[in-house]
Amino acid sequence: MSELNDKLLGVLPGKSKISRFRPVAYIVPPLLAILFQIYVPRFASYLSYLELPLLVTVYFALMRRQPVAGAVIGCLIGLAQDALSQHPLGMQGIVKTLVGYFAASISMRFDVENVALRFILSFFFFVFHQLFLWVQGRGLHGMSMDLQAPQTIIFAFLNAVVAAPLFLVLDRLKSEEL
Amino acid sequence: MENFLSRYRNLSVLLLLVVAQLLLLAYQVKARDDVPLIRVWAVTAVTPLARGIEGLRSGTGGFLQGYVFLKDVQSENQRLKHELGDLRLRNRFLASELASADRAKALAEFRSRTPSKLLAARVIGTGTGANSRVVFVDRGTTDGVKKGMATIAPDGIVGKVVAAYPTASLVQLITEQGSAAGVVSQKHQVRGTLKGVGLNTCIVEYVQNEDKLEPGEWFYTSGADRVFPRGMPVGQVKMVREGRGGKEVVVAPSGVQAGLEEMLIVLDGVHQLLPAPETPAATDVNILAAPPAESQQPASSESGEGAAVTDADRLKDRYQRVVSGQGVQLGVKGAIADFNRAPAPVQVQSAQPPAGGSPRPPESPKPADPAKKNGEATKQ
Repeated sequence: MSELNDKLLGVLPGKSKISRFRPVAYIVPPLLAILFQIYVPRFASYLSYLELPLLVTVYFALMRRQPVAGAVIGCLIGLAQDALSQHPLGMQGIVKTLVGYFAASISMRFDVENVALRFILSFFFFVFHQLFLWVQGRGLHGMSMDLQAPQTIIFAFLNAVVAAPLFLVLDRLKSEEL
Repeated sequence: MENFLSRYRNLSVLLLLVVAQLLLLAYQVKARDDVPLIRVWAVTAVTPLARGIEGLRSGTGGFLQGYVFLKDVQSENQRLKHELGDLRLRNRFLASELASADRAKALAEFRSRTPSKLLAARVIGTGTGANSRVVFVDRGTTDGVKKGMATIAPDGIVGKVVAAYPTASLVQLITEQGSAAGVVSQKHQVRGTLKGVGLNTCIVEYVQNEDKLEPGEWFYTSGADRVFPRGMPVGQVKMVREGRGGKEVVVAPSGVQAGLEEMLIVLDGVHQLLPAPETPAATDVNILAAPPAESQQPASSESGEGAAVTDADRLKDRYQRVVSGQGVQLGVKGAIADFNRAPAPVQVQSAQPPAGGSPRPPESPKPADPAKKNGEATKQ
């Protein structure tokens, strides 16, 4: 049990590393994630539940392990999403800023290479993302949005399922670890 | 201060980012204006990519699919399978060509019979956000599209333009949460507000429990929202039941179907009348046969015996028979006919008397009924 805790908490040597990426890696995956969200649901509407920009935000925040970097990455991806949506600029931006910040903060305490932990964090951050969007939509904009809890939990699970292999693919973009 | 910032550097950056975006939000909400620059940049950057992908898909998708398919057949080296695959491929291609031709024809026909000024647009992408129900179309401000314009399809309304950019526009589908349209039912003229709930169906609010509404009844736009012209089909009532604050009505929108690829943007809307409901013929109503044609009408009294249709005709006929029975010629000086005597029946006049027998004297006239007499005199 203590070994598992040690593994998850990343106290074993060589686990708490900061990953670095090439500059292009910060541009291409988020852009592809946004394009995927724009284009693919046209032909496969059942894939509209996938929140790939959120997963990319979570990944970079977790791997960078720097709250400032996580918040900035989340802010930029969120604003890009806002610009391509009908919502006011800042709605997704604020939520993803917070997601990036908290994901990076959490990553300093856990071993984020662990697939199970990645799954749990993806699930948690999707629920957090949807919940905060709902609060913001109702509180700040007076939108008549409904939070459908069962649907959100199912979508969170499906996103987490997708996140596990996606993070493994994104791991290949790492240039070095410090 | 410097010490504080360096100590709480992470938190300071977070607060800075959040507050900056909150100010951005506040500006948009208070000024009721957008920040078009960021959106224009983003859309202008993404639209060519989306157009390119769409063009690539529509142009080469079929060819690649066919090539791979044919390669598989060649590897199997079976002539019959090859022919079957080829025919299937051709059939699919022709079916898709036919479907696209039908869609284009339907759109063109719809445009020609709709008085509103319409602009055809093609969907090139969907909006961001999980389960989003907004789409990008390939028409923008350069084509005359403006924010707030309605979009329709031959089957019904689709949504409205929520943002217009130079090369593309963002259309919010009617099924998206927060979208609304004024509607009126076809049969019972029940008014309400159609609202999207983020599902494939919509609800109609503000319908009183006392209002009459039936499942299957059609809803049309009422024109009250000043976005959709009156008379556009919206959808059919899928479910209706009484609720606490009013009727709960679920409508299946007819214009927003899966695989929506084209739509029409209403540049200049013209209100139309609601079509009359198609009511089935009632079984307890007697429908009389059509009246006879003019040629089958009874002939006038002038045409001869049996042709009398009015009292005046019958009286004239009676007097003629009286006169002819008494051998008197009307309009000639001499004997005067006794009109108090009963007229001779026609068959008696025409029949020959029996041989050797004296002709039967005419019957003595019966006293005329004063009332009848007066009536006849009056008619005369």
